[in-house]
Amino acid sequence: MAEAHPVGFQWVMEAKRRGAKVFHVDPRFTRTSALADSYLPIRAGTDIALLGGVVRYILDNELDFREYVVAYTNAATIVTEEYADTEDMHGLFSGFNDDNATYDQASWRYEGHSQNRTTRDSETQRETAAGLENESHGAPVGGETERDETLQHPRCVYQILKRHFARYTPEMVERVCGIPQEKFFELARAWTENSGRDRTGMLVYSVGWTQHSVGVQYIRTGAIIQLLLGNVGRPGGGVMALRGHASIQGSTDIPTLFNLLPGYLPMPHHANHPTLDEWVDSIAHPGQKGFWGNARTYGVNLLKAYWGDAATADNDYCYGYMPRMTGDHGTYQQVLDMIDGKIKGYFLLGQNPAVGSAHGRAQRLGMANLDWLVVRDLFMIESATFWQNAPEIETGEIVPERCRTEVFFLPAASHVEKEGTFTQTQRLLQWREKAVEPPGDARSELWFFYHLGRVIRERLATSTKPRDRALLDLAWDYPTHGPTVEPSAEAVLREINGYDVATGRPLASFTEMKDDGSTVGGCWIYTGVYADGVNQAARRKPGSEQSLVAPEWGWAWPANRRILYNRASADPDGNPWSERKRYIWWDADKSEWTGYDVPDFEKTKPPSYRPAHDASGVAGIAGDDPFILQGDGKGWLYAPTGVLDGPMPTHYEPVESPVRNPLYRQQANPTRKVYTHPINTLNPSPPQEHSQVFPYVFTVSRLTEHHTAGGMSRTVSPLAELQPEMFVEVSPELAALRGLSHLGWAHLVTSRAAVEAKVLVTDRVTPLRVDGRIIHQLWLPYHFGYEGLVTGDSANDLFGITLDPNVLIQESKVGTCDVRPGRRPRGQDLVDLVVDYRRRSGNLVHRYPPMVTTDVADSSSDQEA
Amino acid sequence: MGVRSWFEGWPVYRQLTGTDPLGRGAAAKSDGSRALTARTDTADSMARSVCPYCAVGCGQRVFVKDGQVSQIEGDPDSPISRGRLCPKGAASKSLVTSPLRQTTVRYRRPYGTEWEDLDLDTALNMIADRVLAARDETWEDVDAEGRPLNRTLGISSLGGATLDNEENYLIKKLFTAMGALQIENQARI
Repeated sequence: MAEAHPVGFQWVMEAKRRGAKVFHVDPRFTRTSALADSYLPIRAGTDIALLGGVVRYILDNELDFREYVVAYTNAATIVTEEYADTEDMHGLFSGFNDDNATYDQASWRYEGHSQNRTTRDSETQRETAAGLENESHGAPVGGETERDETLQHPRCVYQILKRHFARYTPEMVERVCGIPQEKFFELARAWTENSGRDRTGMLVYSVGWTQHSVGVQYIRTGAIIQLLLGNVGRPGGGVMALRGHASIQGSTDIPTLFNLLPGYLPMPHHANHPTLDEWVDSIAHPGQKGFWGNARTYGVNLLKAYWGDAATADNDYCYGYMPRMTGDHGTYQQVLDMIDGKIKGYFLLGQNPAVGSAHGRAQRLGMANLDWLVVRDLFMIESATFWQNAPEIETGEIVPERCRTEVFFLPAASHVEKEGTFTQTQRLLQWREKAVEPPGDARSELWFFYHLGRVIRERLATSTKPRDRALLDLAWDYPTHGPTVEPSAEAVLREINGYDVATGRPLASFTEMKDDGSTVGGCWIYTGVYADGVNQAARRKPGSEQSLVAPEWGWAWPANRRILYNRASADPDGNPWSERKRYIWWDADKSEWTGYDVPDFEKTKPPSYRPAHDASGVAGIAGDDPFILQGDGKGWLYAPTGVLDGPMPTHYEPVESPVRNPLYRQQANPTRKVYTHPINTLNPSPPQEHSQVFPYVFTVSRLTEHHTAGGMSRTVSPLAELQPEMFVEVSPELAALRGLSHLGWAHLVTSRAAVEAKVLVTDRVTPLRVDGRIIHQLWLPYHFGYEGLVTGDSANDLFGITLDPNVLIQESKVGTCDVRPGRRPRGQDLVDLVVDYRRRSGNLVHRYPPMVTTDVADSSSDQEA
Repeated sequence: MGVRSWFEGWPVYRQLTGTDPLGRGAAAKSDGSRALTARTDTADSMARSVCPYCAVGCGQRVFVKDGQVSQIEGDPDSPISRGRLCPKGAASKSLVTSPLRQTTVRYRRPYGTEWEDLDLDTALNMIADRVLAARDETWEDVDAEGRPLNRTLGISSLGGATLDNEENYLIKKLFTAMGALQIENQARI
């Protein structure tokens, strides 16, 4: 955090000054480690084993915050007897289907619930990245649940959790992660002692958790601990994702993502959502509890915002215009389709996949096989010059005279040359004022897309084709201004916020939205950002003149709420859990919720409210159910449906690992998304043979002085001077073993690429004792490429493409490699080197690691009889 | 210069007798530094902005003189950043004023070996032509069972995490109306 989010880290240091204890878990000792109270080096890709150890420690010692757990989580809920655990199935859950490597989730359900009125099967959910999308709206668990609040029932979630994590002992943590037991106990003790009525603890993570083939389950394990300890919805608690780009949260909320529409509404699927009714019912699940019950309202308002007057009740608000998904249309599938010649044109908007995405060679070869490419950026980045300067020029894989891709480079306006909102990592929207005009041809994306849409609509004006109606009926009349005819960002923000069609009055809250076409709103969760016709995101009341919550700085979705699920900061009766942790509480005199933040609850619903037996939607949420978007109002320790790789997290080895899974016969995530494509070669891992050809573990991360793929930092002279060169950090032990010398060259080899770097021999990376052997780890920054003021090989070239099944994010925080002294070979020799490694690892003809390894009991590390 | 004014100008004297006993402010100033004026004082205007790098969202004050960015500083009013910027944020004036920035459209024709110049309006129209052609060539009305698809898989887009919400909104709206599904950004990565 000190490296990649330095200014945010000041608050960690503030907390430390006040007595908080800071733990840092990382494969490499960083600036964060230097300032933490305790540093735990870990084998990359084993966090679930560590966190699972903490879960076991909590449950075995009954250190959970029992009142919170019973009232606010699903710990007491009974699960059907059809459910079978990884404990009994060598690391698989019940319901695994070998044919398509997915789970039938039916046996995971709550007792007494009929399964899945949803039509989406697990394979479709994986293909469309729909795992747990939109909280539980993909996960119908409506109706009453059977509960045992003594937590003794053998099939209650609490007992299932206890059995599931029974083997995650401190000894096992040490064996899997390489973390000594005393270090583990120090962490577990501090975490549990700092939680409860009077204290809260926080968990902070970043893409070191998400970029794994089992990334969603990393975060689930963290959430389970935080729920058990009562650290959710309370001040100083939570699971905090530190995101890496100025508005990456905003681009998720108002998504430029294939499977989502604004406000986490799903992009329609051809088979499951043929009509408006089927689409909204698949979100709302009629009869289910919680705020997703109003999905029809959110959906109709979006359609009205898109198609304006053309969208009427009679034509289902133009729902028929929407494009439909048939499967995986994600960025990695696209790249493989580019290589196969299926895609004609590609837009790159402030993004540099030639350096920043996994398997750089695949990215570049894909771009070299297009009809046209539009790159919009501040600088001439690698993704614009691949036809000229890519490493594949040297190997002859790209020849400019034979590369047909037509490239348009359009200069972009910088953040000071346009106005608009960024949504930062805590869901806070902040409006930026424009300081100066952009230089020359530089324009905002707002300008480019507004005018591209204008020109396209003009071209089609006389078209009679049905397919063009969606473009011609589009509400695309934005006011413009200035010499460049820039569209008004504020007008777009007003549309996002929503307004009353008849009067034009901006809506103050999504609860004012109607489902009859009388209101318009482009993103329901952002409604309120333009309340009273005021740009609330532009508010700049100094922090020093406000409470710690600072509600008048910018605007946070939803409803300017700064902590989500903050009803949980009060006990079931509505009183603060303690004076020290007072945040939101029930004011009995005024009969309303009040406190330092906007209550995340219906303002006048009393703690004593109990829904009628058949109540659904918002009315179905009881006065003591803080998790108002969940179908049962509870925080989920156990996910009865929706998480595609299991109802609870399980340690699986990374897809590329030198180690046989010490916990189960099942080696890697059995439901991971695999692309079998000639370019996507993977290193073998146990129980496959030849894994010793790639004996070392490598991981990548950021430097403080650079930003992602380097397009905004290797081009900036002060930053380029501070970190001028690609390097690799190795331990003194590995340097001695492989003959690497400090400040000399080394190259790393995988079955995709060989990448060279200067050697930094340092104790910051340390060999770990794992399952009786020494595992060496190497670390690299991933910022370098072949353009800019400072250049170097790209670390992401080393990775293959394997994805998490829930969200289709790639495993690019851990892989295996070999390392050799000296620079890498050039030209054909480079190709020959990689091919030789593939031959030696038995992978010349493509082989993919088996999805299921439960029948292989060959490992001495197998813990099962 | 008289002896008195010479003596009173001595930093140690000023440190001992003035309001700056630690000698870290006014007492330590030389005539040279006293004559300096901060760029922030002489700016024509100041815009309230936000750092463009990571997602912490540090406040920035962007000072402008003669139509050029003259300084970017941390915004002390921000309850998030309290005026601080990291090395990247502090370098953002260098980012936006970098001589390496491309300010004209560049065009590489198929099989070309060099960049060429292109007028912005021409480029916009050429791109519109190519979008419409790719869409027509790859359009899918219905699936094998006759259910609507309304889409093209011939067009892809990647990017958005560094852009404004308003921009992402228009990008998604236009591509959706166009039937272009394959829209992604860094949040997938």
